[in-house]
Amino acid sequence: MEPSFLFGQFLGGLTAAMFLFLIASGLSLIFGVLRVLNFAHGSFYMLGAYLAWQIVRWVGPEGEGFWLAALGAALGVAILGAAIERLLLRHLYRREELYQLLFTYALVLVLADVAKVTWGTGQLSVSRPPSLSGSLQLLGITVPHYNLFIILLGPTIALVFWLLLQRTAIGRVVRAAALDREMLSALGANVGWIYTGMFFVGSFLAGLGGALVTPTQSIVPGMDVAVIVDAFIVVVIGGLGSFWGTFLGALIFGQVLAFGILVFPGFSIFAVSALMATILVVRPWGLLGRPIR
Amino acid sequence: MTALLELREVHTSYGISRVLFGVSLEVARGECVCLLGRNGVGKTTTMRSIMGLTTPAEGTILWRGEDITGWPPHLVARAGIGFVPEDRRIFGELTTWENLDVAQRVAARRGPWTIEAVYDLFPKLRELADRPGGFLSGGEQQMLTIARTLMGNPELLLLDEPSEGLAPLVVDQLLERILLLKRQGLTILLAEQGVDFSLALADRVYVLEKGAVRFSGPAAALRDDAALRHELLAL
Repeated sequence: MEPSFLFGQFLGGLTAAMFLFLIASGLSLIFGVLRVLNFAHGSFYMLGAYLAWQIVRWVGPEGEGFWLAALGAALGVAILGAAIERLLLRHLYRREELYQLLFTYALVLVLADVAKVTWGTGQLSVSRPPSLSGSLQLLGITVPHYNLFIILLGPTIALVFWLLLQRTAIGRVVRAAALDREMLSALGANVGWIYTGMFFVGSFLAGLGGALVTPTQSIVPGMDVAVIVDAFIVVVIGGLGSFWGTFLGALIFGQVLAFGILVFPGFSIFAVSALMATILVVRPWGLLGRPIR
Repeated sequence: MTALLELREVHTSYGISRVLFGVSLEVARGECVCLLGRNGVGKTTTMRSIMGLTTPAEGTILWRGEDITGWPPHLVARAGIGFVPEDRRIFGELTTWENLDVAQRVAARRGPWTIEAVYDLFPKLRELADRPGGFLSGGEQQMLTIARTLMGNPELLLLDEPSEGLAPLVVDQLLERILLLKRQGLTILLAEQGVDFSLALADRVYVLEKGAVRFSGPAAALRDDAALRHELLAL
């Protein structure tokens, strides 16, 4: 096989990994602090994509309206997520975890229908913003500028979030909330608002992922369920609630997907599932997760 | 004059298991009051009820005459009640300094207690500032958990079994620091199984048995009367 071809596969896997990281990091963040496994996270991603398409339609596809659309879509999804947490989900924290799962699964069904009613069942697409519509030659292959942007954005967001969590006062409070919410409330913290804030941030990441993916793939019903399955695999591999684990899990997932397909089509899906199953058996808490908390 | 804290006939359950059967007690400003009793008589539950961590099914909790029954914990903390839990509950992945900083930021009350002030109270913590809380010894964690609660500048400190699981020498050092806090005018409600520790600190005692107050009186009464001590605590 040509080295340039392999390099192309590698970059493709890297781009896919960064999208997955955007989505899975929000899922992992929400689980890490709230201990809620949000099935509807993929639906927030799908809504981000549809909202981005909608805003691009309003402002026109020419010019740099795409960036406004991406930001607007992410914010819209974040506000929706925070409202759902504040008005509905918070009533379930004292119940068994099963109720939370059922509730977020119900959200998946409701939001899928809302999307179908609003945007139909056809495929929609968004073009790349003019500033990143070009491409460059790299080691014999053509790489779209937009893909390079995504490959750089992933680690940037990872680093920014890590610094926010480790080095800022808000980050310290959030880590304390993840470790012992009851103790933090006894020290005077209104943990309810910390939860709402984390749901806002996690949903923002899902919405941003959905908006940014639109120039690379078409928007279709069902993308919500497809992505939540992938995101679950990523966090299981990396360790649910572990920040760098999610990053590592996304990188591994992307590469297995890109190179697995060379064995024969369909092998890549088998390979990631087999990898997840192996990790669940050997190291159930994931590569960088912690056994019990 | 109304008591700083008053519990009237407080009943508390965890699910179907009832723990408190009508506990009534009072703590006056500047007092050190001790809840004595064996494991499982309801000392911790009494403190959790005051703090709002477990809402009483019946009864009233008054703070400076105001009914705070059913308030969420963060509002109880902001009203001036500080809770030092039995199992210490240090944020293990956060350093000593981060534990204190978080407490300072979430506390709505400002006062004499700052990070520097608690370092002066427990100089050992200054040396351990950058060590994760999970890597501190039991005695160091106990100092940190008291220091962390002081960051909220409480008027009343709920101290749940501070001497539990600590070496005698460490217990003595801790006792001396808590006595210093008491002399500075901090009101303390202490829960203990250890008679020596509690009688060295307390002005008044409530002996709990099976979720109810069996005896209440001045600490001196228990200190001086070995027979009474034996009868109440089977020691």
